[in-house]
Amino acid sequence: MTALLSLRGLTVAFNGTPVVHGIDLDIQAGEKLALVGESGSGKTVSALSLLRLVEGAQVSGQALLEGRDLLALSGPQLRAVRGDEVAVIFQEPMTALNPLQTVGAQIAEVLQLKRGLNATDARRAVVDLLVSTGIAEPQRRAGAYPHQLSGGQRQRVMIAMALASRPRLLIADEPTTALDVSLRGQMLDLLSDLQREYGMAVLLITHDLNLVRRFASRVAVMERGHLVEQGAVAEVFAAPRNPYTRQLLASRPVRDLQETPVPPGQAPVLSARDLGVSYPVPLPGLRGWFRRGRFDAVRSVQFALARGRTLGVVGGSGSGKSTLALAALGLLPHSGQLAVEGTDWEAARRGGASRALRRRVQVVFQDPFSSLSPRMTVEQIVGEGLLVHEPTLHEADRQARVVDALRDVGLLQAGEDPAGWLQRYPHECSGGQRQRLAIARALIVEPRVLVLDEPTSALDVTVQQQVLGLLQRLQRERALSYLLITHDVDVIRAMAHEVLVMKEGAVVEHGPALDVLSAPQHPYTQELVRAAL
Amino acid sequence: MSQLSLSPSRRAWQRFKRNRLGFWSLVLFCALVVMSLFADLLSNDRPLVVRYEGKTYFPLVQDLPETLFGGDFEAPTDYLDPFIREQITRGDNWAVYPPNPYGPNTLNYFAQAPNPSAPSADNWLGTDDRGRDLLAQLIYGFRISVLFALALTVIGTLLGIVTGAIQGYFGGRTDLAFQRFIEIWGSMPELYLLIIFSAVLAPSVGLLLVLLSLFGWMGLSDYVRAEFLRNRQLDYVRAARAMGLSHGQIIWRHLLPNSLTPVVTFLPFRMSAAILALTSLDFLGLGVPPGTPSLGELLSQGKNNIDAWWISLSTFAVLVVTLLLLTFMGDALRDALDPRKADR
Repeated sequence: MTALLSLRGLTVAFNGTPVVHGIDLDIQAGEKLALVGESGSGKTVSALSLLRLVEGAQVSGQALLEGRDLLALSGPQLRAVRGDEVAVIFQEPMTALNPLQTVGAQIAEVLQLKRGLNATDARRAVVDLLVSTGIAEPQRRAGAYPHQLSGGQRQRVMIAMALASRPRLLIADEPTTALDVSLRGQMLDLLSDLQREYGMAVLLITHDLNLVRRFASRVAVMERGHLVEQGAVAEVFAAPRNPYTRQLLASRPVRDLQETPVPPGQAPVLSARDLGVSYPVPLPGLRGWFRRGRFDAVRSVQFALARGRTLGVVGGSGSGKSTLALAALGLLPHSGQLAVEGTDWEAARRGGASRALRRRVQVVFQDPFSSLSPRMTVEQIVGEGLLVHEPTLHEADRQARVVDALRDVGLLQAGEDPAGWLQRYPHECSGGQRQRLAIARALIVEPRVLVLDEPTSALDVTVQQQVLGLLQRLQRERALSYLLITHDVDVIRAMAHEVLVMKEGAVVEHGPALDVLSAPQHPYTQELVRAAL
Repeated sequence: MSQLSLSPSRRAWQRFKRNRLGFWSLVLFCALVVMSLFADLLSNDRPLVVRYEGKTYFPLVQDLPETLFGGDFEAPTDYLDPFIREQITRGDNWAVYPPNPYGPNTLNYFAQAPNPSAPSADNWLGTDDRGRDLLAQLIYGFRISVLFALALTVIGTLLGIVTGAIQGYFGGRTDLAFQRFIEIWGSMPELYLLIIFSAVLAPSVGLLLVLLSLFGWMGLSDYVRAEFLRNRQLDYVRAARAMGLSHGQIIWRHLLPNSLTPVVTFLPFRMSAAILALTSLDFLGLGVPPGTPSLGELLSQGKNNIDAWWISLSTFAVLVVTLLLLTFMGDALRDALDPRKADR
């Protein structure tokens, strides 16, 4: 049986530097194949370069779609293939849709171009397609603009658009990464259903092994532009042959925490009672001219974080968990009580003592690329806190403290010359190194509480495990308390002593992390836990 | 690590240098500016050094009466007078004249042809309709244009950065108020104000600088404001706030260095726009006071004496070369600072 698509020695290079080194891969008709790898492994580039969708890439080798070499096609021939026999859905549905046209018009355009329908038939077919993606109120949604839809709805529209031309092969490039955790499962089920219904092959590009296990029948693993292993999902997951695959599979975060109960009578380092945070929002109509409404991002949250413990806060996007993090940092005004070692933020601000309090609470953000100023050296970035909180420190002492902090976070080995590191700029560091720098910057002022806002979700799985291990070690050594904000149930399971589950600004479940995860009570928690399996 | 760590601005400079056209435009432009700064040594109606009867004089910095060199009057010496020239070069006496022995306002009383006269051995690019040497006028006109543009750019840029930074950083009501102010200010008819002011007040370069600066900062401040609005949302600024840095420290250490890309990119284009503005105002007669060498005034002379092709043609050439060099630099700079073109 010949494959639907077979790649033979596919090589992709940028400016003469190859990033994909001659991969051979077959996709059978109607097959669900997952292409897995970490960022930079070349998985997206190799899939999208088939349709010449990657700018500046030099592609060589063969890509036979039912015997026709895609790479040898002329521009017009390739355009006929794109979206017709091969369709693509992208990671970020917001940027993949034209914001100035209704989604119905955009899907109808595909139908008219690729299937030659007239405007009336196209409109009817649009609604049928939207129905098949399970979107609520498909009639009305067809007339909506992309910004009027939620992330999940937008992704459904993208899928409808991809299906409009009845493709033989659907390339799904991280289709769920931009979505809320609780929606990811639904989206995969939808893709599975549609795949069966349309009998098309799906090439799923992802870094998430949970998705692979759930969705694909076959898996191909890429590492640095090489295809290192492929086979049936069950076989590869049960008995990986390649060491890299083994490493990937073993990179689920491990729980390694101080599990003894908190000594009774010990005051919490961070506590909240009836905490609320609200934003001003414009009111519609004439009222908006005179008054502003308020949107409650966080409502009546209650918690107490003990010394040396971790409080996990989990929830989907818009649940208010990041707002809670900013409030804990004292960057947002709040109502109710939010106290660091007994001092309320609002009271400190009124008393002009907030700077002293800032030293107690530090932060590590999600995106290691935006959390470090690109024009400062490592020494300046890490040492900045000392300039503020210990301004009398001598410059040589400050540098010594920076070097210590770099050692603490494992960027410098003992005895290694720090000079090379101190003068480095962020762009010369990898994602994991940058996240370690962010941790070092926070640690140097010796805080009691570290707010970790999705500290690992921008990192590759293997690096994620290392950073979580580092955080666990630092907590044991220094009795640090963590307020850990995440959407990732695996991270909560590995890191948190207690967990708050938030939905739409309110806490829906609160309790010891392992208990909550093993026996979730609230339907939303159940959904989250199920999605992570 | 093997290679030296380079800051982002150093890397941008490396990328700029790799653009040969832009880099050599910068070198040539700088050379021209430096040369024009020493215009007095290149083009002047006084000799640089005179050795007269055993004594050395520096007429560039000394005012010497004609009687000193055997003339009849106490008036300052006209060194282009054939008699004086004869006097100070006779026998042991010698004088070093600049390569082009005319100042911007020197009238050549001893010209062979009527004014404006075509290029000749005496006046390499000819003279204008008042008998002033065109080359000298171009050199001094270029100097004034460039210095004026530089000053205007610096003032406008500083004003733009400060106002943009304030709007972008504080946002909210501050931003709103400033934006409305800019809208009102920007809708004032600049040209009419210039005409009115040049009628009311005595025209001078300083007045022109003030008037043009009043309106020149708005475009840039919008860019800086946008950069600040974008950057202040980024996590490193949040981290700095969580660290307890003051507003000033955050602006100075974090936001400013990361928001200057559009400012730097626009510098050459602002320069060329400023040169053009001065030239066109001079062309209309609203610019620098009469008697100041100016490219715009030369262009207007070229228009009035259309058959004296050397006036319009050479002025046009100087303008084109200047603006072209600036544009090449601007293009190279824009490419060098383009965040999408990472260097590999």
